[in-house]
This record gives sequence, structure tokens and C-alpha cells, in this order.
Amino acid sequence: MNGPSKGWWVVARKEIADHLHSARLAVVAALLSLSGIAAVYAAGGRIRDVAAQAGDDPALFLKLFTVAIENTPFAFVNFVALIGPLLGIAFGFDAVSSERAQRTLPRLLAQPIHRDDVVNGKFVAGLAVIGVLLAALMALVAAIGIVRLGIVPRAEDVGRLLVYLVVSIVYIGCWLAFALMLSIVLQRAATAALTAIGTWLVFSLLAALLAQILAGVFAEPGTVEHAGLEQAFGRASPAIVYEEVTAALLTPELRTLGVILPEQAFRAVPGRLPLDESLLLVWPQITGLVALAAVLFGVAYVAFLRQEVRV
Amino acid sequence: MVDTDAPVISIHRLTKRYGPVTAVRELDLEVRRGEVFGLLGPNGAGKTTTILTLLGLAEPTSGTVRVLGLDPTREAVKVKRQVGYVPDSVGFYPGLTARQNLRYTARLNGLRDVEDRITEVLEQVGLGHAADARAGTFSRGMLQRLGIADALVKNPSVMILDEPTIAIDPEGVRQVLSLIRTLREEHRMTVLLSSHLLYQVQEVCDRVGIFVKGRLVAVGSVAELADRLSEGRVVVEVGVAGDPDAAARRLAEVDGVQEVSREGDLLLAVCGGQSRARIAGALTGAGHTLLHLRQRSSHLDEIYHRYFHHERTE
Repeated sequence: MNGPSKGWWVVARKEIADHLHSARLAVVAALLSLSGIAAVYAAGGRIRDVAAQAGDDPALFLKLFTVAIENTPFAFVNFVALIGPLLGIAFGFDAVSSERAQRTLPRLLAQPIHRDDVVNGKFVAGLAVIGVLLAALMALVAAIGIVRLGIVPRAEDVGRLLVYLVVSIVYIGCWLAFALMLSIVLQRAATAALTAIGTWLVFSLLAALLAQILAGVFAEPGTVEHAGLEQAFGRASPAIVYEEVTAALLTPELRTLGVILPEQAFRAVPGRLPLDESLLLVWPQITGLVALAAVLFGVAYVAFLRQEVRV
Repeated sequence: MVDTDAPVISIHRLTKRYGPVTAVRELDLEVRRGEVFGLLGPNGAGKTTTILTLLGLAEPTSGTVRVLGLDPTREAVKVKRQVGYVPDSVGFYPGLTARQNLRYTARLNGLRDVEDRITEVLEQVGLGHAADARAGTFSRGMLQRLGIADALVKNPSVMILDEPTIAIDPEGVRQVLSLIRTLREEHRMTVLLSSHLLYQVQEVCDRVGIFVKGRLVAVGSVAELADRLSEGRVVVEVGVAGDPDAAARRLAEVDGVQEVSREGDLLLAVCGGQSRARIAGALTGAGHTLLHLRQRSSHLDEIYHRYFHHERTE
């Protein structure tokens, strides 16, 4: 008669439909698209200025994503790094608490699905919407670049951008999983949203500063030791780890993430790494981000399964 | 097929503890096929906890629970496929219409081609006209009926309703109760409902269980419980014109009257079932003018109060 359909997929489909109709999607997507497109537009102008000399730069297309707006530190990738987490938070902070507030959770759990189908479906739905949104934005940006600059990406550029897309989805997935966890543990959506945004502020904006201060406690500023410590402390923030991955993926000239002394860089022959070498450079960081997303989701999962239906 | 005499729900020595709090204590209960069973008791008596264990949404600390012969802890999905559940103050997604809400439930049950079924259950609960209105615009009573429709979509053989009459107006209560009656009479469903508003549900329940502080203190039909409690005695209200004290003295002398008390203008005589016939004669014979004479019905509220009282004084 009626074949059993997968519970998590039914939940995910409903959640995706909800996300697509939600005002929060419109707000965050508009914010991300406007800033991203502005950055690319500005970058396009600057690239044209330097393109005369750098016309033979094979990675010119990637500069579209990494060249900052004049007099600001913001390029496309910076906007994604900054606003992307908000996307994850927006789709997660009330995922479960809203079901409680609307009193739909007991009814949902009384349907013939497994309890984890609810949390799995919600996570998959969030990831899917984030992925589609990010992919669409990058395609739009690439299209603008092609029209404005008249350059076509090479296969390797496309490869780098695809890996960047996947890593970005994983990074935003960390924030989605974190927000989802908060929506399970905290009763009120407003508390969860504030907690998530506070954490985002600390890790995205203050992490570099905190790492610097902390390194200053252990080493004399200006020394190699200090720089090394600063980097080590900074890597406690997923935002900084993600920034490193982005840099390595979209700047083929980048050959190391470690501390480089001027004498080491002196007379170094500028060259570019192939994609697999760039990937190798940040493989630990990528693994770390995947692990973080998995752990955060795992915590959310266990918290949801152990929670009483009536709380 | 299925053994029709086997109880649909059987609970044996169920205990459920939340940390130091014991919500349900050594509960034994059986619900038979095709009956409406009312689980009655004050808030916090453990009714919802018991219901959650029936659906596998709470695990028993000890004891066994069987629903349709299945263990809800181990085979929750199978149990939930056959049991319709309407939680206490049921909620729906406010941005979706009634139909969209039910469609989601149908999909979660793995059902396809459900549009006709949804229309049918919405008609059945009297919400056919509101099928395409957003659930956010529904009154509490409409939500309760939508909850019943939601549970009916899967065509269950057992319905469990937690506090189905709470927070709705008298007309809404009447509609919900008549729906419950229809479920049993026309659809041959077994219904378990919980309530603390006893007199509201007594008319639809074939049997009731009185539940106080995690214990079931009495089980039976309303009439049985009334008999058991009254021990054959009845309370007769008497109103007379003139001197009530004299009438009270005369009443106390009537053969079989055990106790006389006053309540406002009325005299209350506690007496054996047979002696109430003599009361009118005795009073008019003594020259009193009888204005009022009525036997108090022992409805469930009284029964429950007395059980509750017993429990407290023990």
C-alpha cells in the first residue's frame, strides 16, 4: 500500500519550504548578495587597472573574489566569512525551540518516525538552503566577472572555487549545528539567538585581537616566537582557520601559512601551487572544520535524543 | 486475526521516576477494545507521563507497557503508526493552513494520495469550511478539533487524547465530546482520554480510572464507582417553608436517616436508599410544607473529590 518514506527527508522537505518562504532568508540573503556583489564590482574595477601589467596572470579570475574594495579590508571572501555564519545562525537558532513554543513537538514526535529524524531533517534542510544560496551567489559573481572583465575562468580556477564552496558550506554548517544545539538546550529562541551572535562576534571579530594579547603574555612582541604563538592561539577560532583555508585555496601564490622571515622571502622565486598542493597546505584546517561541524552536530543530536518531550 | 479479547492497552506495575520525583507509581491498567476509557485526576497526577510511555516518548523506569501487543519502548514506530495522539493543548504551524498541516502529518506517516482523506477528516470534525485557513487564525476549540483530525489522518485503531476539553468554551467541549462518541460508535476505535474536568467527560466514558499522585485509586464505570463510594447511602435535599430547625428534628427521627445537616436554606439528609420515600410523608405529616425534595446525584466530581480526600487523609 503506502511505502514508508524516510522520516528525515519528509522533515527536511518541510523545513526547506519554510526557509524559502521565510523573511529571515530574504534578509540574510539580501545582506550577503549586496555586499558580495558590491565587493566583486569594486574588485573588477581595480583588477582592470592592474590588468595591463598583470595581464598574463593565470589566476586573475580568482582575484575577483579576493581583491578588496578600495580603502577597506573587505573582499567577497571576507563578506562570506563574516555574514555566512549569520546564515547558519538564522536557520538554526529556533529550529527546535519554535516547535516547543508552537506546541507542535509532541505531535511531531508522535508520528511514526524516529526521534533523530527531526534533528537530522532540520540540519540537512539548513545545509541544503545554505549550499544553494552560496552556489547561486558565486555563480552570479562569476557571471558579473566574466561580463565586466572579459576573462573566462580556467578549469583549475573552477576547481578551486568549488572546493572553496564546499569548505564554506562546512564552515557555515558549524554555525548551523551550533545554533541548532542552542535551540535544543535553551528554551527561548531569543536567548539562543543572542548567545549564537555573541559567540560569532567573539570568534569572527575579536579572535585575532585576543590571540595577539594572549601571545603577548608569553612572548616579547615582534619576535618569531610571538608570531608563532599568535597564530597557534588564533587557530582556536574556527573563523581564523576558515580564513586560512580560503587564503590558500583562492591565492595559489600562497606557499605556506607559517611565519615567514624577510630573509626567507628574499629573492624567492614567485610561483603558484597547483590545486592539490594548496589543498595539502590546508588539509589539517579542512579536516578540523569538518570535525568541528560533526562534533557540534553530534552534541545537538545527543541533547535532542536525551531531552524529555515535555520540558 | 487479532485476538479481540486481548486488551488494547495493558500496563503492568508501571513506575516512572524523573530524578527524585515519582510521576507514576506501580500502575496497573487495562483498556479493552472498543471502549472509551477516561483517565481522571488532578493536574500533576501522572496522566500525561503515562500517555507518553504508551507512545514510547518516555521510557518506563520499571514495569511493562503493551499497546496492541507491542512494546512502545522497543517498537515505537510501529505503535505510533496505529495510535492517534492528540497532545494536551495541541499546536499547529501557524503559517500553514489546516490542510497543509495535515498533509505534513500524512507524509510523516508515509501516506500518499491523501487529499481526499484530509478533506474527509476535516469534514468529520466540522472544519471543512476552514481547510484553507491558516492554523494561526484558529480558536482553541478549532485547534482541538484539528488535533483530532490530525490524529485521524492515519486511520488509527486507538486514539489517545490528553485533556481534550481543556481551555475551550462549552460549545467547543460539546463538539469534542460528540466527536469522541462518534469515534467509538461509528469507527469502533478504542479511546483513552485524560482529563481533570471530570463531569465534562463522564458521559462519554465507559469506564474511568481515578488517578491521584501517580496512583490509580479506583477503576470502574461511573455508576459502579458511585455505588462503591456511597455504600448504598444517598443524600436527599429537603426544603421546607417555616421553621427549618423543627423540620430537621423531625427528619432525624425518620427511620433510616443517619445524619441531618444544613446547607443554606436546605436540609441535607443522609439516608439509606429505601428511606427517602418516607421523608416526604413524615414531614408533611408533621405539618411542614415541602418546597423542595431532590436526591443528589453523585456525579464524578463528587466521587473524585471524595477519593482525593480519602487519599489525603490516609
